[in-house]
Amino acid sequence: MIPLSWYLILAALLFCIGLYGVLARKNAVAILMSVELMLNAVNINLVAFWRYFTPGNISGHAFAVIVFVVAAAEVAVGLALIISIYRRRKTVAADEINLMKW
Amino acid sequence: MFGSITPDMILAILPELSLLVVLAIVFIADLVLPKERNGLLPWITAAGLAVTFVVTLLFTNPGAGAELVWGGMLRHDMLAYLGKLLFIFAAFVTTLISVKFGDVWLKGEYYFLMLASTMGMTLMAASADVVMLFLAIETTSIPLYILAGFMTGDNKSTEAGFKYLLFGAMTTAVMLYGFSLLFGFTGTTNLYAMSAAITAGSIPVPVLVGTVVLVLLGLGFKVAIFPMHFWAPDVYEGAPTPITAFLSTASKAAGFLVLIRIMLASFPQVLADWQLILGVAAVASMFVGNVVALTQKNIKRLLAYSGIAHAGYALLGVVAASELGVASVVYYLLVYVVTNLASFGIVVIVWHAVGSDEIADYSGLSRRSPMLALVMLLAFLSLAGIPPLGGFIAKVLVFAAAVEANLVWLAVLGVLNSIIGLYYYLIVLKEVYLGQPTSEEPIAVAPAHGVAIVASILLVLLLGVVIAPGFDWALAAAASLF
Repeated sequence: MIPLSWYLILAALLFCIGLYGVLARKNAVAILMSVELMLNAVNINLVAFWRYFTPGNISGHAFAVIVFVVAAAEVAVGLALIISIYRRRKTVAADEINLMKW
Repeated sequence: MFGSITPDMILAILPELSLLVVLAIVFIADLVLPKERNGLLPWITAAGLAVTFVVTLLFTNPGAGAELVWGGMLRHDMLAYLGKLLFIFAAFVTTLISVKFGDVWLKGEYYFLMLASTMGMTLMAASADVVMLFLAIETTSIPLYILAGFMTGDNKSTEAGFKYLLFGAMTTAVMLYGFSLLFGFTGTTNLYAMSAAITAGSIPVPVLVGTVVLVLLGLGFKVAIFPMHFWAPDVYEGAPTPITAFLSTASKAAGFLVLIRIMLASFPQVLADWQLILGVAAVASMFVGNVVALTQKNIKRLLAYSGIAHAGYALLGVVAASELGVASVVYYLLVYVVTNLASFGIVVIVWHAVGSDEIADYSGLSRRSPMLALVMLLAFLSLAGIPPLGGFIAKVLVFAAAVEANLVWLAVLGVLNSIIGLYYYLIVLKEVYLGQPTSEEPIAVAPAHGVAIVASILLVLLLGVVIAPGFDWALAAAASLF
């Protein structure tokens, strides 16, 4: 059987790639996609821990299902907000959306 | 786990059920009412919230007991009870100050989203399981993202919604990663079962502290403390003012209740570590909030930075991690919520009169409306912590809790910061009382706004003068955690 640590390393890498994307990408849609990578890392963690440690208890499983349902809702709202800002500014570059600072 | 549903379980979620009914009524009313009658919607919402408040107050008091209900998802205790009352009150005031605000106040979905968010907060206050906690936080946040960007015709509002969403989504993901690791280490999702599993297990302290930091980053975003405070001024400035009021009061208070519960219930093994982390965050929040507030020209941004500083003060009570500490935070939150609601109520009224949120436009407010200026004086002096107002008592309590827990350095830095804070509140009041008014025309106050600010400011005075009832409640809430 594949050791648990492999899953955890995969999840940690995915999380770091996502975090890098959030911090480094300019395009708002790309930032949202990077957030999705981070959430997927969470799901891999949850499902792996569930399978190895508490296979008899479904709470880890249920948690993962809830995470992706909520993530879908969050992206739906996110894209709506990005469209509303695109209609006014004709841009989705996060660094150009800086009307307010300090 | 879920045998039969007992009356206790129903009582524990009675406020949420009541909010759900109000939500359904608003939804149907929006569909049924003809367009020109949409002005009734805030009144329907406010009436529903008032009924919910009374129902919650009378029927759901858990007394000294505290029990886990719904399969360990929620904890029915005094802390949750007080929090729920506070959020419902904040939603009530927010609804009243939304009346006549731009064109948002005629839209049914505005009230619908606000009620959904309130329901999320009431669940946050009671959550005893990370799954429930995550769901409650998202139920609170997602409607707030939309509400912050609700004025689609306004550049600042759309930008506020956009920034709030991006920061919120990222910090939620970070916090969830922390939750997933906690689940892995402990094999349970229940906050109250975690600490037992951590004692028995052998998790290296640095790993555990790292996980706690991930969770704190997410919660720090909700309460807007350093270093997760960047979003607050921009979002507060851009969002519709009633929503800013709601964000800066109820949403912040909900974050604090979660913070208190999770830190005390789940991480007693690394108490000293998280005390240090939160202590540093508290000091940094106070300094950043107060110092940057000195230079602000916009009243909403000023109040945003003042809110960051206030989160720092309240955090002192959390860091104390004692019964007095928790009671002082609860009292602080009661005072802070009603004071900030009064302040933002005034911001809304002045915005209706002069169409601007710049501090310069508050010039000579006292000549145009002495009563309004008086309310503003009381609210701002309470924020600054001047006796006999609520803010003074609240500050005394958190500093006392810090001293009692041998954290004198934190209390000293807190007092120093109160002095810096006093300066910028007085600058605004100087403008209000000594500035030259641009016009002599008296400011008209809509009845709904009048009710909202009078109710809030009376509570500020009450919490400052008659301390016992509020403090007894706060102590009972603290006792339910220990």
